[in-house]
Amino acid sequence: MAGSLLLDMRDVHIEGRSGDAWLPIVKGVDLQLHRGEVLGLIGESGAGKSTLGLAAMGYVRGGTRISRGEVTFDGTDLVTAPESFRRGLRGKRIAYVAQSAAASFNPAHKLIDQFCEAPVMHGVLGRGEAERQAVDLYRRMRLPDPEGIGFRYPHQVSGGQLQRAMTAMAMACKPDLIIFDEPTTALDVTTQIEVLAAIRDIVDQSGTAAIYITHDLAVVAQMADRIKVLLRGDEVEEAPTREMLASPRQAYTRSLWAVRSHRRPEQPPAREAPVLEVRAVSAGYGAVKVLHDVSFDLHRGRTVAVVGESGSGKSTTARVIAGLLPASRGEVRIEGRPVAPSFKARPKEELRAVQLIHQSADTSLNPKQRVREILGRPVAFYAGMSGAKVEARVRELLRMIELEPDSFIDRLPGELSGGQKQRVSLARALAAEPRVLICDEVTSALDQIVAEGILKLLDRLQRELDLAIMFITHDLATVRAIADGVVVMKGGRVVDEGTKADVFTPPHHPYTELLLSSVPEMDPGWLDRVLEARAARA
Amino acid sequence: MTAVLTWAAWVAGAFAGAAALGGAFRAVVWRLLGGPVARAVRTMPLSAAFGMAVIALYVVVALLAPWIAPFGEREVVGGQYLPWDSTHWLGTDNLGRDMFSRLIYGARNTVGIALATTALAFGVGAALGLTAAATGGWVDMVLSRIVDLLMAIPALILSLLLLTLLGASIPNMILVIALIDATRVFRLSRAVAMDVVVMDYVEAARLRGEGLAHIVRREILPNAMAPLIAEFGLRFCFVFLSISALSFLGLGIQPPTADWGSMVRDTATLITFGDITPLLPAGAIALLTVAVNFVVDWQLHRASGLKD
Repeated sequence: MAGSLLLDMRDVHIEGRSGDAWLPIVKGVDLQLHRGEVLGLIGESGAGKSTLGLAAMGYVRGGTRISRGEVTFDGTDLVTAPESFRRGLRGKRIAYVAQSAAASFNPAHKLIDQFCEAPVMHGVLGRGEAERQAVDLYRRMRLPDPEGIGFRYPHQVSGGQLQRAMTAMAMACKPDLIIFDEPTTALDVTTQIEVLAAIRDIVDQSGTAAIYITHDLAVVAQMADRIKVLLRGDEVEEAPTREMLASPRQAYTRSLWAVRSHRRPEQPPAREAPVLEVRAVSAGYGAVKVLHDVSFDLHRGRTVAVVGESGSGKSTTARVIAGLLPASRGEVRIEGRPVAPSFKARPKEELRAVQLIHQSADTSLNPKQRVREILGRPVAFYAGMSGAKVEARVRELLRMIELEPDSFIDRLPGELSGGQKQRVSLARALAAEPRVLICDEVTSALDQIVAEGILKLLDRLQRELDLAIMFITHDLATVRAIADGVVVMKGGRVVDEGTKADVFTPPHHPYTELLLSSVPEMDPGWLDRVLEARAARA
Repeated sequence: MTAVLTWAAWVAGAFAGAAALGGAFRAVVWRLLGGPVARAVRTMPLSAAFGMAVIALYVVVALLAPWIAPFGEREVVGGQYLPWDSTHWLGTDNLGRDMFSRLIYGARNTVGIALATTALAFGVGAALGLTAAATGGWVDMVLSRIVDLLMAIPALILSLLLLTLLGASIPNMILVIALIDATRVFRLSRAVAMDVVVMDYVEAARLRGEGLAHIVRREILPNAMAPLIAEFGLRFCFVFLSISALSFLGLGIQPPTADWGSMVRDTATLITFGDITPLLPAGAIALLTVAVNFVVDWQLHRASGLKD
């Protein structure tokens, strides 16, 4: 199916400036792409995937440069070509689909105006033709109301629809090459599957070549003809998809494949009284009711995973338990005693018992405080320790989260990696010596390997400290790895509940079934099978 | 043609002199001090070194004024408007007082008062602004409306009004200008803090049960510092202008106390005769303003984390 050679990147080196020095980001990667072919580019964050993807357009971000190598697109070296030539290609013959469509659309213009911009500017189509083209592509991307949706503003459509609108926009000039930079990473599994199907169909139909960047192996298995694995700016290996999945040659690739092998052993059902009871809680923001009659229990030494798509009320439940959003009805009990709805009215001991870990470690650690202060403050505040005792406890906490105290105690959050930051926010919660830990999507912003490390750490700490954990996630692989009990939420209600075995063994609740079947699997034929099965049922 | 060349030479000379002063200052401080200060000094840009050198010079002059100045601040030493000579280096003013001595004493009064005023304005404005943002609700509402009310009245008219009511004296002037400038600082620090209070780490601190003082001082203030530092430099210059304006109108620093603002007015007539003496106090203000802003820019760069 592969046509003639379209893109030929040879020995590409890209450097980024740090102070006075140039540090390598991409260290001599070769990449060949034929017409109509889809290449998957995978690796952890910082592997140079996006940088390499952008370099395929002859573009580098501010503060970076292509120091060596050539990027030959259809016979012309883009590195040495004049900027005006490269500008002429972008949007017309090479298009780019960014990770966050919500951040990439201009909120002040209608979708169709933004669609028409590139073809009209490049002189490919007139305005009227461009609009007809937009409607056609919206239809092929299976957007609802293709005639009307273009006349909405970005905030008036959902995230998954925006991502499809953006892909439609990239197709506007019928480009030879599209670069997809993690287009579904920010989406729910149920939405992701629709976007994946739409992208794959349109790429197949129009014979466009594509580079598909992602860190999700199961996704790339559905999309790509070939897979290239990157590690810290170097190529690890490259092979056709089926071959790569069946027999990866390099140890690093195998470690990527083996991730999520972590399985929590089955626990006997808890017999004692629950630590945390959520009883018929309803809550909302103003007149908007978000939670309806939510109830579940949490036992000592057990993990309950709360799953559901975004907007299902998972995080709101966490906020009600923490007291950030007082419940309008129902109550929360800790160790059998009802607690005040608002955290402001809770005594120190109750605040201490429930600790919340936020999704984004970037915003949950004060960038101007050193680790010593971030961890030392709750230690001093709750345990009333001072001076050397605080320091000793902070060091102990750092050892618990597997960070070397001497090298980490005086760092600022900016000097930590994403995984390390999340470990420090975990340590801050542990500093309070809580009984209940609420983890709000704590691994969803992390790479699989790093996330795996955090999950193992949580598991170990839970056994050592006998913690009750409420783990909010939309990733069912994580649920399989760590949960004892599962609560499935939709539209602010609990729709399914039980032990992991109950929820994951058929017969399922219809919504649980939809969630479970939407999780991508490594098998390259998975997407086709799921779509066929769904079409057959419909 | 020659005139242009002469000008170019002057300008080039001024730049070279400034760079040399900055470089020399940086080298000296680096040798004298040790530890982290020395490292910060060695890496600072030339413009910041120049600014620091100028500020240091002003501080020395202000502190040692009685010993440096050849004549007294209020002493009438000769005829009116004497030209520059070896006794009166910069001539005399409209009452026959020595310009050079008054320029030196002026550093003491003008800089000291401007600094005190700006510091007061920042202390009050930032404390209230951050508190309003952290507390929200009616506290924020009341404070913000009071500030709106004060800002609705033109600053100069309000200060004239207040000074007339309270009586013109230096403490009163400091209080009045600080009050008016604090409203601007309040709005800025509240706006900056609004973005900080929604961060998860502030939520974490609240959930821990921390009090308002800790949240404002340890969680919000360090993250609001960069824009506040930048504003400090700008505000310092505005305060200078306010003091000069009030002095010009007779409600500021009272004669015969030397102050750069009123010195411009006193000798303004000389401009008509092509004498640059009246520009010297103005130049002293301008130089300090530039110097302060150089240092502030550098600090801003460091505080905002744009290190390279």
